Amino acid sequence: MSLKINNLKVYYQTLRGDVKALDGATFSISDGEIMGLAGESGCGKTTLANSIIFLNPPMKYIEGSVKLDGEELPIWDMKKMDKFRFKKISIIPQYAMNALNPTRKIGKMISELLDSKKVNYRKTKPELERRLDLVELTRNVLNMYPIELSGGMKQRMVLVLSTLLDPSLLIADEITSALDVSTQKAVAEMLVEFRDRKFVKCMIVITHDISILYQIADNILVMYAGKLAEKASTKTIIHSPRHPYTKLLISSLPKVGVKSSEKKLTGIPGNTPMLLNPPLGCRFRDRCPLAFSKCTEEPPFIEIEKDHFVACWKEHKKNA
Amino acid sequence: MLKLEKVSKIYKTGTFGGKLLPAVVDVSFDVKDREVVSLIGESGSGKSTIGKMILGLISITSGKIDFNGIDVSTLRKKELKKYYYDVQGVFQDPFSSYNPIFKADRIFNIIRKEFFPKMKYAEWKDKINKSLRAVGLNPDQVLNKFPHQLSGGQLQRFLIARALLLDIQFLVADEIISMLDASTRVDVLNLLVELKSRGLSILFITHDLSLGYYISERAIILYRGTIVEMGETDKIYYRPLHPYTKMLMASVPRLDKKWEEVKIELRGKKAETAVGCVYYDRCKATDKKKSCMIKRPELVEAESGHFVACDCYKKVAAKINPIP
Amino acid sequence: MIEKINIEKQEEIDKVVAAKPKKINEFLYFALRNNKLKIGLAIVLFFLLLTIIGPFLTDYELNTFSVGPLSAPPSSEYWFGTTTFGQDVYTQFVYGLRATFIVGVIGGSLATFLGLIIGFTAGYRGGIIDELLNMLTNIILVIPAFAILLIIAAYLKVRGIVTESILIGFINWTWTARAVRAQTFSLRSREFVDMARISGMKPFKIIFTEIAPNMMSYLLMAFILQFGGAVLFAATLDFIGLGPTQGISLGLMMNYAVLWGALQLGSWWWFIPPGFAIMAIVGSLYIMNVGLDEVFNPKLREF
Repeated sequence: MSLKINNLKVYYQTLRGDVKALDGATFSISDGEIMGLAGESGCGKTTLANSIIFLNPPMKYIEGSVKLDGEELPIWDMKKMDKFRFKKISIIPQYAMNALNPTRKIGKMISELLDSKKVNYRKTKPELERRLDLVELTRNVLNMYPIELSGGMKQRMVLVLSTLLDPSLLIADEITSALDVSTQKAVAEMLVEFRDRKFVKCMIVITHDISILYQIADNILVMYAGKLAEKASTKTIIHSPRHPYTKLLISSLPKVGVKSSEKKLTGIPGNTPMLLNPPLGCRFRDRCPLAFSKCTEEPPFIEIEKDHFVACWKEHKKNA
Repeated sequence: MLKLEKVSKIYKTGTFGGKLLPAVVDVSFDVKDREVVSLIGESGSGKSTIGKMILGLISITSGKIDFNGIDVSTLRKKELKKYYYDVQGVFQDPFSSYNPIFKADRIFNIIRKEFFPKMKYAEWKDKINKSLRAVGLNPDQVLNKFPHQLSGGQLQRFLIARALLLDIQFLVADEIISMLDASTRVDVLNLLVELKSRGLSILFITHDLSLGYYISERAIILYRGTIVEMGETDKIYYRPLHPYTKMLMASVPRLDKKWEEVKIELRGKKAETAVGCVYYDRCKATDKKKSCMIKRPELVEAESGHFVACDCYKKVAAKINPIP
Repeated sequence: MIEKINIEKQEEIDKVVAAKPKKINEFLYFALRNNKLKIGLAIVLFFLLLTIIGPFLTDYELNTFSVGPLSAPPSSEYWFGTTTFGQDVYTQFVYGLRATFIVGVIGGSLATFLGLIIGFTAGYRGGIIDELLNMLTNIILVIPAFAILLIIAAYLKVRGIVTESILIGFINWTWTARAVRAQTFSLRSREFVDMARISGMKPFKIIFTEIAPNMMSYLLMAFILQFGGAVLFAATLDFIGLGPTQGISLGLMMNYAVLWGALQLGSWWWFIPPGFAIMAIVGSLYIMNVGLDEVFNPKLREF
């Protein structure tokens, strides 16, 4: 098991109390796996990603453990995490391509970054150039300023940069949302290529666009309101989901070939609960058409069939 | 109902306006009564510019926009206000469409002050309630609240309710659901479909092909400011003729099949070309004509209800997919 | 069962929503906790109070000569001492304060007003109007103010406080215009302005009802800075003799003090109080401004 997360709880400190953004996440990812993390806004996926690598205020660590390659990560200690960042875990944050320093040439920025991690730039340069070729960027890009690159080129650049030191875990947070359709495909396929060439051991790909996950992810983890709802292989999630939320979510996605005049899709009525004082029990019960009395008690995230985890009493009952 | 004839928008940039930046070039299409037309394009295609020109927010450099016989591009002040009785718009970012320091209801009050100054309060309240119910909102739950107290989906529906207060005939929907969560998108989409059945025409601007397919009878594919393909949705989606459309169809991530092993030519930052086909530098048609580099292809009717702007579409062997 | 859960949930939501403080109360809450704002405001209000009730505490008319010994140091009878001509410095001081506040209010308001009008128009309209207004701003910015004032001084033999305030107003508006223009530009491209346009609102109405309210915090701070700037500018002008020919102001006091030998005679009580008062007022205004910035900008607040 490459990444093992156990009961991770991370809350946000606000003037009005703690927002329970991530309330008990337990799952694992094996070597060579690309796990998609899907969910709507406010479900906690970005909190999960950030807490593994950069847990800073107003985020507050409550409890739980994160183990990478058998080693416990001290995520609550920003300083101690420094030796893991970029070398063992790497993240491509949202809007990374817009965060490139506009006054630095790309090459200079990379050398400064490597210096800060005490890695010799000149020794790494040949590998860097090989990877640039792989993502179809000219080597000349090292002499350019970020403003000279298009969105897709910047995103590929960030991809190369984040994986330069062959991290065990790469977290990609919404890296395809701001791109054109054709560039999306190219960047998503590059992620897979990086995994295939073993530059990265395992990946968490966060997105709200499930169709991208269908194309590249091996497994999908669906989150809702700070809790895990369902985790299974991509095929299972798309074609035979078990959690009511997943089922409703998948069936609400417009697909090419489905016309409103032929088949009306339905969304999920209601809104996600406020996480300042979340409802007791299953957080989906207000919107769930199958909710019954047991739902006021929180359903555990357990394995109902091989490698298929669900947090729903109805599904546990079926299996029991 | 709405007809665009060779509409162009060219920006002047550079010091003293020396350089020209064409955002929209010679676009012509029409939207009939009770019709939903999807305007599909990626970033930089000019789709939002077209939407804003139709709404009179941006001036037209050349061409004509005709709404039921009136030339929209010449309207000023009073006549423009009359135009807004019939045509309204909803934009992409629900949170940016509201003035953050005021309550959300204020958008209704603005309409009342500008268009119905003499209406009595009781009658006005009734009108608001009717409008809110028509978009599926509960008046008690959404009135008298600040924008940050409502969800994105509620805010967008609120904006549609505002448009309905005016008894409009045409709605410009510019990427209205791209910032909403997946589970609320469909509800707003279905609302648009229902409004269409009640007599509204909609120009649905989007970059998402599957949305265009779900909601519209006709689609227009836009690339770099020009129409490359246009026609009935089924014909475009199942028998795309323009190389760009084909590339789009192949790159869209779908839930029913995986991406084909097709290598896509990526766009680098290249200069805008004023002559020739806009897609020339990315076109992989095996029989690309030399003329494509200098002559901009016109829109021709390849089959009934299906137009394409490509000189080589016949030669480029397209796999004929029968419509299921 | 589900309806009951929905009602519970709605009540819960309502409770949390009601607990959210409305925006204005939020500002007041932080304003009352901000020390810089409190101290600055206290000092300015103190001087304002002095302006209002000060004259009642003195028995002397302004500029009456020889009310007492010439160049006498402060004493219980003459709180700030007397001038070379025997005038009571305290009397001059409180009337001078009045003049200073008048200049601040009139000059500051005029400058802010001009800056707003020009900034809003340039930022909202864009295009050629923006270019022209920019040119105007740059010209005013570049012309040396003193040169103009010298010329005006040569033509207007008799000048009052109000004239001086108006002149200052017409000179100082430029930086406000620049800043307002920049903010208007960025607000104009927000979608709620487009919404107002397709509602048929006239441009001026849009500027004042949609754009300006979003800049309220900045406008308040701009006014405070203009007030302080006007006071300082007036003091400088008065000190070098370009000030009003009638009346008294703090700067004029310092001018007269230097002209009539206070430095040689050592009559520090004649020029230190006015100098100190100007420094205190303008300094407090700037500190208030920094405090206000913290109140309005959540990122600068310390919890």
